Amino acid sequence: MNKIGLILKREYITRVRNKTFLLSTFLLPIAMILFIFGSAYFAATSKDYLKKIAVVNYPTYLKENLQSDSSRLQFNFTTAIDSSNFKRKGYDAVLNFNNDSIGKKFTIHSNKQLGMDTKEALEDRLDKAYEKDQLQQKGIRKEILDSINKKSKGLFTVENRVANESGKSEEVNAAINYGVGFGSGILIYITMFIFGAMVMRGVMEEKTNRIAEVMVSSVKPFELMMGKILGIALVGLTQFALWIILVMALTTVAGAFLPHEMIQQAGAANQAMPGGGGNTAMAMKMIELQKNISNVNWVLVLSCFTFYFLGGYLFYASLFAAIGSVINEDPQEAQSLMLPITMPIIFAFIIMSSNLNTPDSPIMVWASMIPFTSPIVMMGRIPSGVPWYQLLTSMALLVAGFIFTTWLAGKIYRTGILMYGKKASWKEMFKWAFRKA
Amino acid sequence: MNILELQNLKKYFSTQKAVDDISFNIEQGSIFGLLGPNGAGKTTLLRMITGIFYPDEGNIIFNGRKFDPINDIRYIGYMPEERGLYKKMKIGEQALYLAQLKGMSKSEAMHKIKEWFVRFEMESWWNKKVEDLSKGMSQKLQFVITVLHEPKLIILDEPFSGLDPVNANLIKEEIFNLAQKGSTVIFSTHRMEQVEEICDHIVLVNKGQKILDGTITDIKNQFKENIFQLGAQTNAHNLMTYIFEVIKHQPEKLLIKLQHDSTTNDVLKFFIDQNIAINSFNEVLPSLNDIFIKLVEGTPEARQFQKV
Repeated sequence: MNKIGLILKREYITRVRNKTFLLSTFLLPIAMILFIFGSAYFAATSKDYLKKIAVVNYPTYLKENLQSDSSRLQFNFTTAIDSSNFKRKGYDAVLNFNNDSIGKKFTIHSNKQLGMDTKEALEDRLDKAYEKDQLQQKGIRKEILDSINKKSKGLFTVENRVANESGKSEEVNAAINYGVGFGSGILIYITMFIFGAMVMRGVMEEKTNRIAEVMVSSVKPFELMMGKILGIALVGLTQFALWIILVMALTTVAGAFLPHEMIQQAGAANQAMPGGGGNTAMAMKMIELQKNISNVNWVLVLSCFTFYFLGGYLFYASLFAAIGSVINEDPQEAQSLMLPITMPIIFAFIIMSSNLNTPDSPIMVWASMIPFTSPIVMMGRIPSGVPWYQLLTSMALLVAGFIFTTWLAGKIYRTGILMYGKKASWKEMFKWAFRKA
Repeated sequence: MNILELQNLKKYFSTQKAVDDISFNIEQGSIFGLLGPNGAGKTTLLRMITGIFYPDEGNIIFNGRKFDPINDIRYIGYMPEERGLYKKMKIGEQALYLAQLKGMSKSEAMHKIKEWFVRFEMESWWNKKVEDLSKGMSQKLQFVITVLHEPKLIILDEPFSGLDPVNANLIKEEIFNLAQKGSTVIFSTHRMEQVEEICDHIVLVNKGQKILDGTITDIKNQFKENIFQLGAQTNAHNLMTYIFEVIKHQPEKLLIKLQHDSTTNDVLKFFIDQNIAINSFNEVLPSLNDIFIKLVEGTPEARQFQKV
């Protein structure tokens, strides 16, 4: 045990003293923020792209009732446009009513494929136009319809309160939960790769430097492996701690630039004058965001994050160590042997990101139980609330899982670290893992 | 007293009988040579002695008790043939780390390291990294790390490879020194001239089996072929006899092999009778190199893979 401590200390100190550690500590959060804002920016700008659409061969009710706007879809009712010349006349697309037997099909010719949401919006507006026409035919005046429409737009908001164990209901915000779940899931995903690869490279280094043999004449191979794995785990935790401090420092700095009174003033102004100017609306959103963020159970999220980071890391790190021990200098070999280990991690991320809207669906529940995927998937689910029995089962399975993988990997590692020359095959590794000592 | 006794050790791998029933004893304070061609099973044998491998069968008795790798490892220093150090680690820290892993306390290790660094004139190396060292320098460092914790049993696999004569001598001196202080040295090599110079006792292994075991003098006597060198002025017509066969004839020197149970006195008498002045007469013992080649020759150079 004492020797594991010595090895752990060395692994930790050499890595933390390294310049790349400092660099990644500061650069990764910045890269992530850029990534999030970048994708949000592109998502936002691509949605608001204005389409100028020429409408030809239209039924008469359409001209009266099809709603045009200046930001997204702009309709011009003309005649002299067809699919061959709309581009020259300055349109993005031409919408053509097919006068077929059903009478419900339009064709749109465009210079580029329409996005899914543009197509949906278009269909929605056509439906609305038809509805409006029908209502008018039943005798409702257009002015009345318009005024009802104007009044009812954005009138209601829904606040989702969920009953917790103590019987109190509390407000939840699906978007925040989604964000926190997705963020922590992606963080576990990235760090599992970073630190897993770090373990693998460390083992490869020891093997190619031939220090492994000197080491195993002083310590047991298992101690050497565990010392390295635990030392790097500590590096990971240090990095997270630094990130949290960094984020807290940044928010304090940001808070200093945006004085508290200003937010309060904005809130007061907003109460006095509902639907006020853009400035106050923005401040309102910020207040709401602050409130919602503080509604997230951060203690639970952070402690679960620590647990699942460590559990997931330990589960995979020993496997990465085993891979590192069987390959030689050739990084090409590492690629092919790593694939079976990286696949479940990527798979877990895909499950998590594509089912996060339904955190209680069977696939999410199952994937959050199985140790191969649970660290990532469970972190995605935790902000929106997970029953205690599920959480405990998942944790117990993960602990059992990493004990098993460590035991298995330790046996492969013990043989692999002293084998030079050729790369071990899966069959050989299987034999090493399951033969008796 | 024997520091190490190997009893019927066996280690089979899936395609080779790496060590196939080997037994021998090593006396405390001796310098022991473990010889054998490439792939004979030396490294596997050493790995069992250092506790890296468990033998499939057989016993290792260390210091009078059954070898217990976890506790006895402290008393063994092993320098593998494939030298290895952490390239990016500072030399002083590295020596300290490896000494602590052997179970030394920090202050004890520090004291010893300083002592050795002074002796080998390595004081200025402390804050350098291993990657800054030349091959010979890192060899010296590796030796220091191996003997730092004052092991009772020091195992050196090809300790002189890559060293210039000056540094090789330095290490050789230290090996004699350590043996004098009571450490036992196992010395694995296929450089025979060094073995003859350094070792008291040798074992030769080939294809996983022991084929020779004894002191150097005993072995040489065992393999002597009754060859003598005679210093005398001779001509071809002087040498017509059944007593010996001439192996090599030079004007001043003669290499002969006794025949038909004749004795050395028969030879001397033969020349004295012819009134030829004898300047010198001595027996030529085979070199270890010759014995090695003789015993190993004929077996395939590299070991063949076989089913076990």
